Amino acid sequence: MRVNGVARPAPTDVRRLLSDHLRHDLGLTGTHVGCEHGVCGCCTVLLDGAPVRSCLMLAVQAEGHEVTTIEGLARDGQALHPVQQAFHECHGLQCGFCTPGFVMSVVGLLAQHPNPGAQEIEEGIAGNLCRCTGYASIRRAVIRAAELMKE
Amino acid sequence: MKPPPFEYHAPATVEDACALLGSLEDAKVLAGGQSLIPLLNFRLARPQHLVDINRVGDLDRIYERDGGVAVQALARQAAVEDSDMVARVCPLLGAAARLVAHRVIRNRGTVCGNLAHADPASELPAVLLAVGGHVVARSSKGQRVIQAGELFAGVFETTLAPGELIVEAWFPQIREPFEILEESRRHGDFALAGVVRAGARLALFGVAPTPVLADPRDPADGLQPSGDLEASPEFRLHLIRVLSERAFAA
Repeated sequence: MRVNGVARPAPTDVRRLLSDHLRHDLGLTGTHVGCEHGVCGCCTVLLDGAPVRSCLMLAVQAEGHEVTTIEGLARDGQALHPVQQAFHECHGLQCGFCTPGFVMSVVGLLAQHPNPGAQEIEEGIAGNLCRCTGYASIRRAVIRAAELMKE
Repeated sequence: MKPPPFEYHAPATVEDACALLGSLEDAKVLAGGQSLIPLLNFRLARPQHLVDINRVGDLDRIYERDGGVAVQALARQAAVEDSDMVARVCPLLGAAARLVAHRVIRNRGTVCGNLAHADPASELPAVLLAVGGHVVARSSKGQRVIQAGELFAGVFETTLAPGELIVEAWFPQIREPFEILEESRRHGDFALAGVVRAGARLALFGVAPTPVLADPRDPADGLQPSGDLEASPEFRLHLIRVLSERAFAA
């Protein structure tokens, strides 16, 4: 599999979840692990460009595919990805635990709906849980991200 | 490791998948994995073998057949949701797909896997029942059609034999008025109760061990839904009456 553009070795154990493979075998700890049954959305990554739950995939299933994690959105020292920038500007986070998952979901949402309406934003972030922000600032961040993506 | 030990198989053809399912003891099919992998992570399911069909080629098509929509085993729910053909031929299916979990889940989850999982609170089994669709089950012995009315046997139970794989689901064209309505605590949660109207037919979900057909004039007749922290049996019956009325008012 390729992770953030780099070819990576296959997991040695078929029982390894993609989320654990990214974190423990590849050291990419930006992908967070919350509930491990697909409810919290923290572990969301892009598989061939579309957001998926990395805790609901075996790592072997990603063989031959392109995985993008939060680390792959913007290189160290370079400008943030527009979605990251928007979360920063709008205070779309407090503790930051859920943030990588939100950012990856919103990247997917904006690819599908470049100009999302209120309902689309609501549904687009419904699969991610945040216990700090109350979501209002995250909604604002999505709107801001859509603007930044067009610039 | 979170999942319990299993032997992993990734066949490249439907024939190989069926041969594995027919010969292995205690094997489960892994398609989208959005229900099976949580069960493995919690060790609620401990199959000895996983037959991952995601490497099978040419099994993800959504196409028109016999005046309806055929959805192959690896077609993701998101692809069904986005399909112009589904929107034209069986828009009820597209509307129902949008109610299944969240988009990120639907990017992996499959329609056929959802049907095989047979969750009583799931939308798609009720849609298949309401429109009178079927699934095509393949095994190493051959192929058979299972009508929606004969497929769902109980909570998470179908009439599929251990060696059988659903290779496609078929939903007939719908020309009559249709509606799918459900009540859940949050968007994307499992429905507390839901109704599917297809013309004069009404199917209910979340209120019995399987989706059930009901009489639109008295939809709650004979139902004995279970109660839990989220809804009492009485509340579920109330929802069925209200949602059915709304579905037929349109």
